[in-house]
Amino acid sequence: MSIELRNIRKQFGQFVALDNIDLDIPDGQLVALLGPSGSGKTTLLRIVAGLEFADCGTVQFDGKDITDRTARERRVGFVFQHYALFRHMTVFENIAFGLRVRPRKFRPSEEKIRDKVEELLRLIQLQNQARRYPSQLSGGQRQRVALARALAVEPSVLLLDEPFGSLDAKVRQELRRWLRQLHDEVHITSVFVTHDQEEALEVADRVAVMNEGRIEQVGSPDDVYNHPASSFVYNFLGNVNLFHGRVDDGTTYIDEKASGHLLFVRPHLLEIARQPSGPTYFRATTRHINSAGPLVKVEAVTEWGASVHVELSQERFRTLQLVKDEVVFVIPKDIAVFEKNGNS
Amino acid sequence: MSGSLTSTIRGVPATGFVASRATSEPVIVRWLLIATAVLFLGVFLFLPLAVVFFTAFQKGIAGYLHAFQDPDTLAAIRLTLLAAGIAVPLNMIFGVAAAWAIGKFEFIGKSLLITLIDLPFSVSPVVSGLIYVLLFGMQGLLGPWLIAHGVRIIFAVPGIVLATIFVTFPFVARELLPMIQAQGNDEEEAALTLGASGWQTFVRVTLPNIKWALLYGVILCNARAMGEFGAVSVVSGHIRGLTDTMPLHIEILYNDYQFVSAFSVASLLALLALLTLVVKTVVEWQARRQRANEAFEGSKESQ
Repeated sequence: MSIELRNIRKQFGQFVALDNIDLDIPDGQLVALLGPSGSGKTTLLRIVAGLEFADCGTVQFDGKDITDRTARERRVGFVFQHYALFRHMTVFENIAFGLRVRPRKFRPSEEKIRDKVEELLRLIQLQNQARRYPSQLSGGQRQRVALARALAVEPSVLLLDEPFGSLDAKVRQELRRWLRQLHDEVHITSVFVTHDQEEALEVADRVAVMNEGRIEQVGSPDDVYNHPASSFVYNFLGNVNLFHGRVDDGTTYIDEKASGHLLFVRPHLLEIARQPSGPTYFRATTRHINSAGPLVKVEAVTEWGASVHVELSQERFRTLQLVKDEVVFVIPKDIAVFEKNGNS
Repeated sequence: MSGSLTSTIRGVPATGFVASRATSEPVIVRWLLIATAVLFLGVFLFLPLAVVFFTAFQKGIAGYLHAFQDPDTLAAIRLTLLAAGIAVPLNMIFGVAAAWAIGKFEFIGKSLLITLIDLPFSVSPVVSGLIYVLLFGMQGLLGPWLIAHGVRIIFAVPGIVLATIFVTFPFVARELLPMIQAQGNDEEEAALTLGASGWQTFVRVTLPNIKWALLYGVILCNARAMGEFGAVSVVSGHIRGLTDTMPLHIEILYNDYQFVSAFSVASLLALLALLTLVVKTVVEWQARRQRANEAFEGSKESQ
């Protein structure tokens, strides 16, 4: 089922949480709402779910206006950040809940409920934990139960609020691969909220980057990472070095005194050399070198006293025989240019 | 490595009660403090309780049972049960509704409502009783209209029930409020998105989560409803066999020098107090056991 949001606005007191949001989520896609905390992403998700209502604007499912429908009528599956499992019920009863509370006419038989729950338990690989209580499960297991509970009612869309936010790094990695796999099997339109750019880029078909109640850019992970539409998006997706500069005849110059343009360069797009080359380069003194890991991270101080981060391959590092407190040339391979207070 | 780690952890409970030496006191000081506490408890709690039962059984079990053959005593017990039987369920409904509203929603006048719920705690019971006399009494605001329509509230059973309800209404709400506030809305929201109606959400999700606090609140409320003296005394009129509750009847018996009877009835109220303590202990023990279970399972998980 596709989701269309038109002109959504939401205010809490004086604080504008969402400002004229337009967003289309095509049927069957897995979409990430990505943004820093306070960007309005969770509020937007809750408006889609019907747990919160917009001050104005409309929510449509498959072209049908459902703005005034309650959460109960919308048939969405919602997975909460802190799981929100029913603590007095077993895993089995948690998953069966959505089926048991149906009006008598639509309620499946006890046997069908059992089959359905067992099928979901297999899906989340917790067949042996059916009789346990949520407090007896680990964080990752709880999150999987929460997901199974949401899927049990065969929702039209699946909404996940920071689904892996409170898990440790290792479990997080595992679970998000599993979520991607699950989505490829079930093909249910899904939206998940995250502040972790890596998570969004790895899992989602499309990413909507949000900032201060507005959507900055919507696109495929490749789009938003390689062709960021605004300085915010560039800055938010990965590490960057920020320079000031000017553009003359299509050539970009790094110039700390210029004020017209902001120049962004990712650490791995900076090169370190003994000799200058090309029109754009500057001198810097190496301060820290961290060679543990696949890339060598070098922190250097520029001629004008700013600090700059460079990442280079182990191979290049060995060729250069770089040491601390050495003056080198830094050459940007690719510069993203944005006009100040505006887009590129 | 893991062996030495476990042994340190195992060592903790053994030394758990002997707090670190830095914060402990000399033996004399400790014994002095404990003795003071025990003496205080003995004089002000255990001694009176013992006296109640001792006097009640002064003339043997036959004398004790004889006290309950007096029709006025039986009427007083019946009236107390009736008043509590009406006040407690009503206050349970009110308490759950108020705690729910305050804990789950933001609205104007919320802090005023919290203050109002506490009012019966801060107002003298005598004043609470007088409010009803001033409202429904012969010279009261609504008195003449009520008399004209043949409705008696003051010096009759309805007045006693009203006064009991007023005095006991904070108990359930006060017990539930911190619990409901701590639990937040997540589980209820989850139930709603899964298609549960408001009522189903309440019965299947909210109620099981607050049941122990609710039970304890109801027990406290009941103890106070049965034991209330001041407010009920003002509106009762002390008509024997008609408007005397147990506490009022105890006073009358005592003033009549019927000590055995007075203390026999009093022993019932004392038993109620003991029952309240037992239930409180069980409830707290349950909660602690649940927490310990969770901690235990959690530690198994991490190993």
